[in-house]
Amino acid sequence: MENPIEMTSNLTAIRIKEYLSKDKRFDGRMPENFRDIIIETGISKNAEGSARVKLGNTEVLVGVKMNVSTPYPDSPNKGNLMVTAELLPLSSPRFENGPPKFPAIELGRVIDRGIRESKFIELEKLCIKEGEKVWTVFIDIYSINDDGNLLDAAGIGAIAALKNAKIPKYDEKEDKVLFGELSDESIPVKKELPISITAHKIGKNLIIDPTRDEEDISETRVTICSSDGEISSMQKGDSESLSIEEMNNILDLIEKTERVVFKKIEKSLK
Amino acid sequence: MTNFKRPDGRKVDELRPMKAKVGVVPNADGSAMFQFGDTIAIAAVYGPKKMHPQHMQDPEKGTLRCTYNMLSFSVTDRIRPGPSRRSTEISKITGWALEPALMIDKYANMVVDVHINILQANASTRCAGINAAAMALAHAGIPMKDMVSSVSIGKLDKQLVVDVNKKEEDWEEGEGATDIPITFTNNGELTHLQLDGKITTKQLKEAIELARKSCKEIYEVQKEALKKVAE
Repeated sequence: MENPIEMTSNLTAIRIKEYLSKDKRFDGRMPENFRDIIIETGISKNAEGSARVKLGNTEVLVGVKMNVSTPYPDSPNKGNLMVTAELLPLSSPRFENGPPKFPAIELGRVIDRGIRESKFIELEKLCIKEGEKVWTVFIDIYSINDDGNLLDAAGIGAIAALKNAKIPKYDEKEDKVLFGELSDESIPVKKELPISITAHKIGKNLIIDPTRDEEDISETRVTICSSDGEISSMQKGDSESLSIEEMNNILDLIEKTERVVFKKIEKSLK
Repeated sequence: MTNFKRPDGRKVDELRPMKAKVGVVPNADGSAMFQFGDTIAIAAVYGPKKMHPQHMQDPEKGTLRCTYNMLSFSVTDRIRPGPSRRSTEISKITGWALEPALMIDKYANMVVDVHINILQANASTRCAGINAAAMALAHAGIPMKDMVSSVSIGKLDKQLVVDVNKKEEDWEEGEGATDIPITFTNNGELTHLQLDGKITTKQLKEAIELARKSCKEIYEVQKEALKKVAE
């Protein structure tokens, strides 16, 4: 079948690599530079919390909803967390309708683990009655425009939406969540933000926050979620191998970038 | 007109504040946002492009394919992501509402995809979606005979009102609520009409007239937003 989707052309790929060999990129950034981060919170009134994140032309919306449900047997005193991501056909000619495909599933899972493993949400404080009733936090991620690095944008959106969220009112006697009526109580979260940053390998070069074209020709990527220098989850994606030296360089690069991105997020959330 | 009190204090023929913006999705061939008060819809158009799968190609004319989707957090009770029976029907209805205004006959074997997403819902989401989609189609340069505008007319007890919000949709007093989403071309052709509730023929005729009047107001807002990108 003919491929109707415009992939990055070989010529563009060659030019990107030529530029990178001189530490340059099409948009004037250095390889380790992140685009400006624009965060808007409270963008959907019916969500418990929500955020819009823009990295250049990349845009995601993230919403937090909550409900009361039974805890999992292995964590009877902890709230539940569920993260889903949808790559909307609206956001790119490459995304199609239908059941979630691998990129959307991976995106949701990588963000889920970043938040879960960093223990950003204090899930034990979301227990209503041990073994019976706990809050479930749903984080739903939607792409609005894909110009590369939806992954890191989604991670930032998830943090912003969680920090923006208020727990709905709950009628304990009637065992009913009063949807649409929010309490003053925020979701208990830690001060340190779990920030997901992805490094991409193109030829011998490493870059951060790729545009769509750059992401297309990325040979392999590593996403690291860390808060305050402490790594809590990782994912190496795509099949190209890495030497130990390259891996070490990625770790250093992401550690450096995390501090920069943290400042950008703090600034944008204020 | 009457002393009827609407929950948000609007006059019976008063639309909620509208906002429209064109070009909200840079990747798309055309895109737009349309807002009635707290109801926000965005639409993106891709195409005309070759229809896949091939067996769905129409060798005689182009195909319009609409998808309506509500974001899980657009409503107070979270919606499970993915299509539902409701969204499937609204997708089809939206296509029917728009198609009479399009001239896509010459795009044989091709498809124009319209993706509508509701970011925030406070009733009348399908109307906001149709309004955004019509603007996105125009922005994409799809040949059109006319613009399309959509509004929901409500009958609350015995009173007709325009642009129903959630509180009005849930009206229980007297005869309750009747919801009548209606779509017109700017020329005054009716392209979509649905009704849930109870109404006499006489009052339905009035409702259609009322919708026609409101659609003209909506058209002005759509036109202004489209003019802005043309400049």
